[in-house]
Amino acid sequence: MTIDSTATPRTATDLLRVEDVSLSFGPVRALRDVSLTLRRGEITALVGDNGAGKSTLVRCVSGIHRPNSGVITFDDNVIHFHTPDDARNAGIETVHQNLALVEDLTVWQNLFLNREKVYGKRPFALLNRRAMKRDAAQMVSTLAVNVPAVTSRVRRLSGGQRQAVAICRAASFSSKLVIMDEPTAALGVQETAKVEQLIRRLRNDGHAVLLISHNFEQVLRLSDQVWVMRAGRCVGGRRTTETTGEEIVGLITGTIAA
Amino acid sequence: MTHVHTPAEGPPLDSADAISPQGGVLKESPLARLKDIGFWAEWASLVGLIVLIIVFQSADSTFLSTGNVEAMLTASAILIVLAVGQTFVITTGGIDLSVASVMTFAAVAFGLTYKHSSNLALACVIALLAGLAFGVANGLLVSQGKITDFIATLGTLSAASGAALIISNGKPTTVINSTLLKLSSGGIGVLGWSFIIAAVVAVIAHVVYFRTRFGTHVLATGGSAEAAAATGVRTGRVKLAVYTIAGLLAGLGAILLVSRVGAAEPAANTAYLLNSVAAVVLGGVSLVGGRGSIVGPVLGALLLTALTNGLTLLGVSQFYQPLSVGIVVILAALLSRFQK
Ligand SMILES: Nc1ncnc2c1ncn2[C@@H]1O[C@H](COP(=O)(O)OP(=O)(O)OP(=O)(O)O)[C@@H](O)[C@H]1O
Ligand SMILES: [Mg+2]
Repeated sequence: MTIDSTATPRTATDLLRVEDVSLSFGPVRALRDVSLTLRRGEITALVGDNGAGKSTLVRCVSGIHRPNSGVITFDDNVIHFHTPDDARNAGIETVHQNLALVEDLTVWQNLFLNREKVYGKRPFALLNRRAMKRDAAQMVSTLAVNVPAVTSRVRRLSGGQRQAVAICRAASFSSKLVIMDEPTAALGVQETAKVEQLIRRLRNDGHAVLLISHNFEQVLRLSDQVWVMRAGRCVGGRRTTETTGEEIVGLITGTIAA
Repeated sequence: MTHVHTPAEGPPLDSADAISPQGGVLKESPLARLKDIGFWAEWASLVGLIVLIIVFQSADSTFLSTGNVEAMLTASAILIVLAVGQTFVITTGGIDLSVASVMTFAAVAFGLTYKHSSNLALACVIALLAGLAFGVANGLLVSQGKITDFIATLGTLSAASGAALIISNGKPTTVINSTLLKLSSGGIGVLGWSFIIAAVVAVIAHVVYFRTRFGTHVLATGGSAEAAAATGVRTGRVKLAVYTIAGLLAGLGAILLVSRVGAAEPAANTAYLLNSVAAVVLGGVSLVGGRGSIVGPVLGALLLTALTNGLTLLGVSQFYQPLSVGIVVILAALLSRFQK
């Protein structure tokens, strides 16, 4: 069967299921009964106009926000993430739209933030800085065109380099799901191509990817499934092979009903 | 393994951080760095200390005499201990205004415990616990109560001073104990025991700050609490921990203080509060958080102690000391604006 409606049929291949999730910030209803599914081994795109609620949904899945209502199931378990650490431990890595790097720390410190390599036993464990710098250099070299030295502070990096670092971090830890909130927004042509290559590689390695992008060509090029959000609602989903750019634009603007 | 280092990018791996107190990476040649005002800002406390030593030594040759150096190092111990605690707090972007008052309270608790039990070890434990308790209170108010650090610790500043007056009935307690006396009079060479204790604290703090996960999380919390939290760093716990450390070190400071004064006095030690913040500023620690070192504030504490000592030696009135400290701190703060 194909999924071509907002209904969320339960399939063994579903990695993530979001069911009737709502979240309000005071009077702002950022998410209203959002339901969507994300299959294992696929690239799923999430599109919608500015303020549609995409990043808010991402933050619910990655443990930053807790929905007011609704159920999120990940890997067949209903999740109740209290912190982003819970989400990361469950296997969800996220590149947030605002990047979430600490500018005063170095590239390697950011890459390994809260995943530091240590030697010795807690509570006397010391950082294994050498190993982290070495591995960080390798992580970065797989992605960035213009490789920043891993010992430089993030503050000194260009916007694109920062983005590359954030993407590296999300892609590097063995995760089941990598969420990327507008990963190529600040990138040049070459870097964008590299990131797209990386996203495909993540899929080929068996990771699921949730991609948020305003670039329809990119979405059509990369994704297997597209979900569309409008004003806090998920208004529809299509298999990418069965849809067109026009149809998606219609769903986003509301001229086409789901 | 691919290394991205090129020779132009300076020394690879660990060697770089040994050079900068901030654990940063040097990229320019040493000469080029001398022309860079940011370099001077980062090293303000060391440069200031050297300048002061030269000035005071040329004005009075007894300044660098063994006796005076020993006296200065011993006198600096309390400030070093407090400044180390303050550094952890300020690195997270907070501030602990209560350190000196908590030290006073812990000192009084120490004095009373000793008076009633004559048990030095117990008195030390009580002093540390008293500091710890106020530190935890600060930490909970800031991290759980979401009260601005400034207001929360202003509250505990007053509460601790008040509590010290209440339990002591406003009277000092004389503490006579030979072991305690040795702490401030004995030592190894010019290094008094209290200075050695402070130095050990500083070394441990340096390792924790730069070589542990906790230290990294402290820096990350101050650099960007949001970004740190997004990677799963429990920023609330980090904040609780740094205020607890500051409180515990205030308790240690209390032991050194009683040893130095020979009595536990409920008097406010406001100079210690100002100087602990001043040492941190002089040490090049960013007041908005996220960047700092332990070496810097320790040098800052030595500088402030040398300043006070030198002025006294030159016969300058005590009244000028707060003024001179104020000027030095404001200069350091101005300089720190040029920090990268
Ligand atoms: N922390 C917050 N507090 C209050 N309102 C918020 C918060 N975060 C998001 N919102 C509101 O929720 C709505 C959805 O925002 P969200 O960031 O999810 O949009 P988006 O789809 O990611 O948009 P964009 O394409 O611009 O990134 C907006 O109206 C926004 O103002
Ligand atoms: Mg967004």
